[in-house]
Amino acid sequence: MTDGEHVVEDKSHFTGVWVFLEGRKHILRDVSIQLIGEGRRIADRRGAHLTGILPGHSVENLARQAIGYGLDRVIVVDRPVLEIYQSRPYAKVMATLIRRHKPEIVLFGASKNGRDLGGRLHAVLETGLAADCVKFDLDEEGNLDMIRPSFGGKSLAHILCKRHRPQMASARRNVFLPPPHDPNQTGEILHEEVDVNEKDVDATLLEFQEFTREGGLRPEEARIVISGGYGLAEGKNFAMLQELADLLGGAVAASRKAVDSGWMPKEFQVGQTGMTVRPEVYFAIGISGAVQHLAGMQESEKIVAINNDPKAAIFEIADYGIVGDLFQIVPEFVRQIRERKATKAVPMPVAAR
Amino acid sequence: MGPRPLRIIVCIKQVPKAQELQVDPKTQTLKRVGVPSEINPPDANALELALQIKDRRAAEVIVISMGPTVFDESLERGVGMGADRAVLLTDRILGGSDTVPTAYALSETIKKIGDFDMILCGEETTDASTGHVGPGIAGHLDIPQITYISEIQIEDDSVRARRTAEDGTEWWETTMPCVLTVNFGCTKPREPTLLGKIRVKRAGVIVHWSCADVGIDPNKVGLKNSPTIVAKVDTVHLPPRARKVFHGDAKDAVAKLLDALLEDGVIAL
Repeated sequence: MTDGEHVVEDKSHFTGVWVFLEGRKHILRDVSIQLIGEGRRIADRRGAHLTGILPGHSVENLARQAIGYGLDRVIVVDRPVLEIYQSRPYAKVMATLIRRHKPEIVLFGASKNGRDLGGRLHAVLETGLAADCVKFDLDEEGNLDMIRPSFGGKSLAHILCKRHRPQMASARRNVFLPPPHDPNQTGEILHEEVDVNEKDVDATLLEFQEFTREGGLRPEEARIVISGGYGLAEGKNFAMLQELADLLGGAVAASRKAVDSGWMPKEFQVGQTGMTVRPEVYFAIGISGAVQHLAGMQESEKIVAINNDPKAAIFEIADYGIVGDLFQIVPEFVRQIRERKATKAVPMPVAAR
Repeated sequence: MGPRPLRIIVCIKQVPKAQELQVDPKTQTLKRVGVPSEINPPDANALELALQIKDRRAAEVIVISMGPTVFDESLERGVGMGADRAVLLTDRILGGSDTVPTAYALSETIKKIGDFDMILCGEETTDASTGHVGPGIAGHLDIPQITYISEIQIEDDSVRARRTAEDGTEWWETTMPCVLTVNFGCTKPREPTLLGKIRVKRAGVIVHWSCADVGIDPNKVGLKNSPTIVAKVDTVHLPPRARKVFHGDAKDAVAKLLDALLEDGVIAL
């Protein structure tokens, strides 16, 4: 094989848009649904088919769900060994299918598993992979313009993969709108064989402990987000933020440092390696404002910063700020909201709490 | 005879300090000149995790990096923290490499070092934040990978690692050699010691290898052999913020904040 032969066997042989589908508890993950919507848009512009790729075990139901969101077809590889996500068997399945069918574009959710898989796969296939995209476009030659935040969201980089195929990208969760589900949508479900078995398993999942989901709103869905950082000092102090959130009808979230300190579950983390939120008000409490954090909240309508360090970067992007001890300010905030609620209430009820 | 010392290779990158990155208000581009550098923070967490293994059992920790010779700063810091030695893969033909050639070149460097048991990487870099290189190295070397880990247990030839997944934490078991990518912030990287700083100066502790030294195919690295290019970079113009700080004691400041939020109509009581 001469230099680059693996690459340019002729780009025109590569057609179609693929979406790697992830399910959980027999439901498609939201990032996969969102990607189907975006994949549809790209496929239509390229005049190509949109295919979902679903490795797994007993996933017929998931495949049908996925069709309903607008796929032309789903390729299912059903093997007991694919029951849970594992790097090597999944990478083998994807590499085999990509070599077999030669898609032009392959999209992954930028989930932990999506990045784990994409990273291994792009090295094996020696093709381009853009991480964490927030927007896609096509250039004048029809290449996929893969647009991703860089430097913690201070800029957007346009990544092109001009000579190599497929063009691969992972996409951030909750950036693309989910398409409506139409149970009458028709599409093909194709079962394909890939030689993958126990010998391809090189790691074993011993234990899984699900994050406990406390009641109440999820930060991505809330109009008001009360987010706590390292300044909270202890996990139990998040109760104070929950109280504020309950009073305002908001949701509690956390910075990476607070999550890594074990004070809040990972699924409440806002920022580059967590979720992106765009609430009407974002309260950053005891959060210094690392660029990675800002990447996940800087598009909030209003930003309120409460921090004892007047030089904290968070004040640079805050609409309102209070410099001071959050352990005085937050309880005072709670007290005044209660007080105003009480005086405003017309038939003065007994305080609800 | 005790167990053979483990050979742990930690891949690090030197990055501009994230907090120092500013957009030039005149040109609307990132100011990179004069920005101080550091070990990519998740890589520093990975190095600390490796050093913690070395604290407990016989192990050799080797730090490797790929980049210009200014990256010596980070390698020196790594050795100062307690790594046994360091290798910098440095060659002009590597310039502009994306994650495909980077993963290839690092995996060739790792093969050249040889006899490795474990390769640790940070989960991603703070400047490019792809997280592709660690799994890419595992792919090139065709060995197991466990990503997003924060704890390692070693027993004979098997490794157990705690992984942070989307919906919970997982414990995985795999065999050595393997690649593990380490969660940002999961450890507190130690400071370099005086002894470590003295070791840095010793000959052969930090070495530079070229692509020819390692046997890297020049046709597989560098800008022109990278599948992806950055076609352009747009500066994100975020709406200007009021940046109004309320002063006074807690009571006054909170009252003013509450008034402002109610007036904006973003909260309701």
